[in-house]
Amino acid sequence: MISTANIEVENLTKRYGDVEALRGVSFSVNEGEIFGLLGPNGAGKTSTVEIIEGLRTPDGGKVRVCGLDPQRSGDDFKFVIGAALQSTALPDKMRVREALDLFGSFYPRRRGTAELLKRFGLEEKKNAFYSHLSGGQKQRLALAMALVNDPRVIFLDEPTSGLDPQVRHEIYAVIQELKKENKTILITTHYIEEAEHLCDRVAIVDHGKVIALGSPRELKERSGAVTRITVRMAKPETNGALSTLEGVTECRTEADDYLLYSTRVPRTIVALVKHLEEQHNELISLEISAPSLEDIFLELTGRRLRD
Amino acid sequence: MKNTWALTAIRMRLAIRNRAFLFFSLIMPVAFLFFYMGIFGRNGGRAAPYLLSDVLALTVMGSFWGLSVQLVTFREQGILRRFRVTPVTSSGMLASSLLSNYFMTLPTIVIEFALARWIFHLPSYGNVLSVLFMVTLGTICFASLGLIVASVTNTMHETQIIAQIIWFVFLFISGATFPFAMLPGSVQAIAVFLPATYLVSGLQQSLIDHTSVLGLGTYMASLIGCALIAFLIAAQLFRWDPETKAPRRAKLWAASAIIPFLLLGAWETYYGNLRSHALKDLQSIREPYSLQRMDH
Repeated sequence: MISTANIEVENLTKRYGDVEALRGVSFSVNEGEIFGLLGPNGAGKTSTVEIIEGLRTPDGGKVRVCGLDPQRSGDDFKFVIGAALQSTALPDKMRVREALDLFGSFYPRRRGTAELLKRFGLEEKKNAFYSHLSGGQKQRLALAMALVNDPRVIFLDEPTSGLDPQVRHEIYAVIQELKKENKTILITTHYIEEAEHLCDRVAIVDHGKVIALGSPRELKERSGAVTRITVRMAKPETNGALSTLEGVTECRTEADDYLLYSTRVPRTIVALVKHLEEQHNELISLEISAPSLEDIFLELTGRRLRD
Repeated sequence: MKNTWALTAIRMRLAIRNRAFLFFSLIMPVAFLFFYMGIFGRNGGRAAPYLLSDVLALTVMGSFWGLSVQLVTFREQGILRRFRVTPVTSSGMLASSLLSNYFMTLPTIVIEFALARWIFHLPSYGNVLSVLFMVTLGTICFASLGLIVASVTNTMHETQIIAQIIWFVFLFISGATFPFAMLPGSVQAIAVFLPATYLVSGLQQSLIDHTSVLGLGTYMASLIGCALIAFLIAAQLFRWDPETKAPRRAKLWAASAIIPFLLLGAWETYYGNLRSHALKDLQSIREPYSLQRMDH
């Protein structure tokens, strides 16, 4: 059987001194798929991506990108990949147009500078120095540069980190455009909405391991379909009775809100209302939300992503 | 190779936009020429070849700083790592430093020659081919030495300290500022092991004595050898990432670039005529002066 996986990662391990950054990471990404590595800072996402990009050597495990070994395949490998790295820059006095021309000149097959400028909304900035660009413009240029060789596989390491929400959504639109071209895209992020919004499949990474893998929907279904009920009441509840309500698996407090995780939502709500009446308490607001990846992460690790 | 040219072209453009680089590579050498030749060159152009060879030597030695050290900034800012995911190789990146620096140094050399001729009455251009060879090989050798410093240091701060120390040695005991013939014997004994000494002497011989390329063969061979070793070591020690630190033994490795000049220095100590050349070339300033005085 011919594998359609464009990225194959098997049992990757990596140590930095005493720190075990990767403890056996495995996954594969199919052609035309947007795959997300989701996890908190320091989980091992960037290490994983940079090993796949060939920037770091793994201590153990196997990596193949379009059947090529990043460490050994040399230019053949570099011709098929495009990358927007996390901590990188261009010289301050390099112009936008020059950057695209220069990087394009490294490849036998390339996309025109004019086309990329237009596509990434950088036409007006084509003669601007790199140092004069805003954060969002720099990121759009980084994406344009990742596409300059028309690669089959694209790596985006925290593509929207540090950008304001509006700019972030601009970037999402650009990434979704790429999907239409059947590009294989590997994204790392610590933004839940980014993973839910963009990715066909997500691997949740924590402490150097993949702790869950699937489409956002699959992950939610698999999580035991725990729905979150966010309740605000007139008087605070102290005796822990909420966690004993029917269907409730867990109860947490967050500021003035009580978060009830329930497997049987209607029953829980009936029980809640009854309970409040008995306590002469009043309901101020109630919100039901389907489980998010954030909840799944919490469920798997006991921690919030953004802690 | 194509990538190296593309990098060379863009780095020249960046250099032209960099005021500090222009100041140190063009304004300062030319200002130095006016200062030096204006003060010491007031004897009808007779001293001009000697003084100009010192000015040229300092300009060429400036390559030690130039665009080689820029790689440290590029590494620190994460610029280099972006190139690593492209087909650009470490030797391509290093070679672009040498080439862009060379092409940026040549105009300064030409301007210095022109000014020396028109304003300070330089009587002849010396052996032009020898001058061209000395300038070319010298520029590449000193830029390669700069690459070595860039490859063994981890931060710009450290780079500047180490480069500054080496630079002062080159500056003061090579004959570029104080004439070699006037240095104490003990200092001369050390100076014969420095590439800068041969650069200065080679330029003096080309300009004053019209020595041919062949006559300067050993100097040129040593400059080539030193450049080659320095380049290979710099390529071996090349680091794309700011997080990767230079291994400790790297500094020892780096020191081996000086081997050609240790050999040349040893040969020079026993059989050479560097000292007599230096003395004769220095006297080229004085002789006509005393002749003039006798005429009176």
